[in-house]
Amino acid sequence: MNGVHDVGGMQGFGPVLPEVDEPPFHEEWERRSFSITIALGALRLWNIDQMRHERESLPPAEYLSSSYYRIWFLALENAIRKLGPLDREGLRAHTAEKILGMLSSRSSYGRPIDSQPVFQPGQRVRARNINPNGHTRLPRYARGHVGTVVAVRGAHVYPDRNAAPLGQEPDRAPEWLYTVDFSARELWGEDADPTVTTSIDAWEPYLEAV
Amino acid sequence: MKYDDEHEHDHPQYSELPEMEARVRALETLLTEKGLVDPAVLDAVVERYEKEVGPHNGAQVVARAWTDDEYRRWLLEDADAAIGSLGHVGRQGEHMVALENTAARHNMVVCTLCSCYPWPVLGLPPVWYKSPSYRSKVVIDPRGVLADFGVSLPQSTEIKVWDSTAEMRYLVIPMRPEGTDDMSEEQLAELVTRDSMIGTGLVKVPTDAVR
Repeated sequence: MNGVHDVGGMQGFGPVLPEVDEPPFHEEWERRSFSITIALGALRLWNIDQMRHERESLPPAEYLSSSYYRIWFLALENAIRKLGPLDREGLRAHTAEKILGMLSSRSSYGRPIDSQPVFQPGQRVRARNINPNGHTRLPRYARGHVGTVVAVRGAHVYPDRNAAPLGQEPDRAPEWLYTVDFSARELWGEDADPTVTTSIDAWEPYLEAV
Repeated sequence: MKYDDEHEHDHPQYSELPEMEARVRALETLLTEKGLVDPAVLDAVVERYEKEVGPHNGAQVVARAWTDDEYRRWLLEDADAAIGSLGHVGRQGEHMVALENTAARHNMVVCTLCSCYPWPVLGLPPVWYKSPSYRSKVVIDPRGVLADFGVSLPQSTEIKVWDSTAEMRYLVIPMRPEGTDDMSEEQLAELVTRDSMIGTGLVKVPTDAVR
C-alpha cells in the first residue's frame, strides 16, 4: 500500500538527531512493548510481514507522531483485536529457554523453488509501477525507474503474499530476490549527486526487463 | 549531540508517555492472566537485548576482518558463515552481507519502509535509525545525513546506500584507521563505533581509545 511508512525521498522531516550513548530502551513501556511483541510473535499468531502491515496501516498522523515502540504497541493492540479471543486450546507462553533459543537461531527466509532466476547480475531492469492495496516491500521512490541487478540473493518468502489477513494461513511460496542498484540521477533527476547510488532488495514480481 | 530540554519536550521520537505505561501494563496483565506471556520471560528477552547483544558483536567482526585477511575474504564472500563462526547468530540477522568501505566507496544502510537492522551484530536500532528524518533523507541526500553526523567525505568518494527492503541485513566494514598497525584485535574493536557499521559515522581515531 502507498502508506505513510514509505518515506524514502520525502523532505521536510528535519535533520537526523543522534543521541549520545543512547540506551536500547528509554522507558519501561518500551521494554514491555518490545518483549510482548517478541513473545506473542513466537507463538506464531502472525508472521513478520503481517505485523509490518499492521504497523504501516496505522492512521498516517498517528504513525508520524509516534515513537517507533509506540508504533509497535499500537499495531500489537490492533492485531490482538483482529485475532479475537486468544484463549485457544493449547496456546501457552513459551519458556524463556525456548524464546531465547529462537532469538539466537537462524531461521532462513530462503525456500526451495522450481524456477530459475529470470534476471542476472549486470542486467538492466525496471521496477514495476505497482500500487497494491496490501503489503508490499517495493518502495515508491524506485517504482518506474531503471536499475542494474547486482546480486541474486536466492528464493525468499514473498512478503506481498506472506502478509495474509491476520488469522488466515499465509502463502509462503517464494520468489527470486535480487539486489538492484539505481543511480541517484535516475531516481531524483539530473541535479542529483552523480556519486550516489541506492540499492533496494526486490523480488522478481517487482521487476521487468528493459 | 544531545537534545536541548525544550526540543526533547515536544519531540515525538521519544518522550515520557504516562498513558503508554498504563496501556502497556494493562495488556501485559491481560496476556499474563491468559497464560500467553510470562513476565519473567519478558524480562529475559529484554535482558538479552539490553545486556548481551549489541554493537560490540559487530566491532569484533570488523576487528577480525582488519587483522585476518583470510577472515576478511570469507566475510565478504559468505557473511552468514563468517559472522556465525563468532557466534553472532539470530533473529534479524538471517541473511547477512558485509559491505567494505574504501577510499573510493562509502556504504550506508537504511530501511526506508520500517526499521530492519542486523540485531545479532548491532543490537536494537537507535531511535534516529527508525526516524522518518533518517529514513526519508538518506536515500535522497546521503551527504546531508553525513553532515548531520558531522561527517564530510570527499566528492571523489562514491556513496552507496543500501535500502533493506527484504530480509537481507547489511553490516558496513569501516576503513581501518592509519597508525593502528601495532594494535591488537581487542584494541581495534574499541575503535569501531555502532554508527561506523551503519555508515553514518567513522571509526574513532586511535588517540581516543585506550591503548
